[in-house]
Amino acid sequence: MSVLKKLATSVALAGAMLGTPAMAQDDVRIAVVVKALGIGFFEAAAQGAEEAAAELGNVEIIYTGPTDTTAEGQIEVINALIAQQVDAIAISANDTDALVPALQRAMQRGITVISWDSGVAPEGRQLHLNPSSNPLIGNMIIKLAADHLPDGGDVALLSATTTSTNQNIWMEEMNKVMGDYPGVNVVATVYGDDLADKSYREATGLMQSYPDLDAIIAPTSVGIVAAAQAVVDAGKVGEVNVTGLGLPSEMAGAIESGASQSFAIWNPIDLGYSATMLAYELSQNDIEAVPGAEIPMGRMGTLTLDDSNEGAMADPFVYDASNIEDFKSIF
Amino acid sequence: MTNTTQTRHIPDRLHSRAARLFKSWEALLFAVAIAIFVVNSFASPYFLNAWNLSDATFNFTEKAMIAFAMALLIISGEIDLSVASIIALASTAMGLAVQYGAGTPELVAIGLTVGLLCGAFNGVFVTILGLPSIVVTIGTMSLFRGISYIILGDDAFRGYPASFSWFGQGYIYWVFTVEMLFFVIIAVVYAVLLHKTNFGRAVYAIGNNPTGALFSGIRVARVKFILFLLTGLMSGVAAICLTSRLGSTRPSIATGMELEVVTMVVLGGVNILGGSGTIPGVVIAAFVMGLVTFGLGLLNVPGIVMSIFIGLLLIGVIALPRLWAMVSAQRKARKIA
Repeated sequence: MSVLKKLATSVALAGAMLGTPAMAQDDVRIAVVVKALGIGFFEAAAQGAEEAAAELGNVEIIYTGPTDTTAEGQIEVINALIAQQVDAIAISANDTDALVPALQRAMQRGITVISWDSGVAPEGRQLHLNPSSNPLIGNMIIKLAADHLPDGGDVALLSATTTSTNQNIWMEEMNKVMGDYPGVNVVATVYGDDLADKSYREATGLMQSYPDLDAIIAPTSVGIVAAAQAVVDAGKVGEVNVTGLGLPSEMAGAIESGASQSFAIWNPIDLGYSATMLAYELSQNDIEAVPGAEIPMGRMGTLTLDDSNEGAMADPFVYDASNIEDFKSIF
Repeated sequence: MTNTTQTRHIPDRLHSRAARLFKSWEALLFAVAIAIFVVNSFASPYFLNAWNLSDATFNFTEKAMIAFAMALLIISGEIDLSVASIIALASTAMGLAVQYGAGTPELVAIGLTVGLLCGAFNGVFVTILGLPSIVVTIGTMSLFRGISYIILGDDAFRGYPASFSWFGQGYIYWVFTVEMLFFVIIAVVYAVLLHKTNFGRAVYAIGNNPTGALFSGIRVARVKFILFLLTGLMSGVAAICLTSRLGSTRPSIATGMELEVVTMVVLGGVNILGGSGTIPGVVIAAFVMGLVTFGLGLLNVPGIVMSIFIGLLLIGVIALPRLWAMVSAQRKARKIA
């Protein structure tokens, strides 16, 4: 939402403040609370939430959040939502722990609470929706490379730091499924420390050390951009395909130049859509969030909860020349 | 040289007590508070609910505790912009102590002590080295929070003892929270201190004319140092309440709170240049800010728009009396002409 549009709504609201209170009470009110307003990723998630609301019919989405990404700001928002007796709160938390007391109070007063994207500690929510899972990401990064190598080939990994927890888990998961991609060999793993210049040098070095290299997989948003630039500068567009995890806004150029055929990351629209669907199911259809439960989430299938009531939505979403235009302005 | 004698009648006060009260800033602000309350009651069916209003007080109680001490500091012509960072450091220190098994009494002692030490640190630079407080406290704003970031980094302290949650989550009776009790006690203490004691008179004197105050025998540096100590101490109290309410500590705790505290003080009618202001004014300002943010929150107005409202309110409440004074001065001038 643009600032102008927000101003317009506020003026309308100020008008409503002076006029008679007219509120639709029979609708199911689901509050989508984000880390802060004005962030493209969350605006896209709100769009997905509205999509789910339209599909469900009788749902009103309250899209809200603080101005800064603070826990205190989110608590004020939560207090206001508790006071309005909304039916459900779906929150992307600024703080895992600090929101717990406020959200527990919400649950005591009969409000369904789920977290999505950025989670809340288990005692402060009924379930947490992860955009994806480590095994799914590990599989996706090698699949992205293998899809463009029907006859197999040599690929190299450009990671963040040697101690980056996320990247190490994803590469470990990737190694587990390498058997599914015969002919694809990982010839080297290098570390760009999530610094643009070091990642660039490491990627250049890879192309010099392995002249037959077919793809560079960078499961980090800094590395993937730097690697794509290195491929362009080395004149190897079409020979070396850069893929991995990246942001559409930063990768649009690489897709356009052909340095990258495709890459993946979560789709915020799907995430907002699924969070809304889950909140609706829990609050309206008497579905209980317990380990092992399978909860439907519309067009996104079902969510299976693990021991800590967390679930993974889907494979990371693949971005390529066909959809990059739509997403590059979002996040 | 002609010798002209002029006799001039100097009245004890220009207006009667009642007229002064009626025309005062506090009266204007109180009217604004009532108006906001009424508008909110009509705008949202959820506003007039004891529990909801009780929840709403958390929007301002902690900030107001600091605002009372800050009001005295600003009246004396100084300012402390490091209060939110003192909260972060005090909270981090308490969190660290929890890791070593500290109980609730120790945590309270640590929170207050860190607050006092930070206040003393600011006070030394301002009163002994004579540096401008705005510069010193902009520096310590980064320094205190920086230490928290070094200790905590990306991590959080948890595991506060259950009894510690009393401060920020406890209730005295029905909907009345522990924080409300603190708010009332602190307001009374500061109102007495500012309006009924020699110390309070000294604070006004220093704010109006520090040199004059010094030559009148007021120990200016000592008074200012005590004011910095008090502001630090109140930040420590706020840190205890906020940490207890959140149940955890992150270095980003209370980010940006210093500006909200200063806004509250200025809205309460305290002259930002020093010399005038009252505690009742700050009390009403605290309610006004709390009611506005909660009322707009009930209507799900985005936070960005909320800050626009607070900004307009601040400018409006400050500009109106000034405009009024200008208009009436012009009228008077026209009458005389």
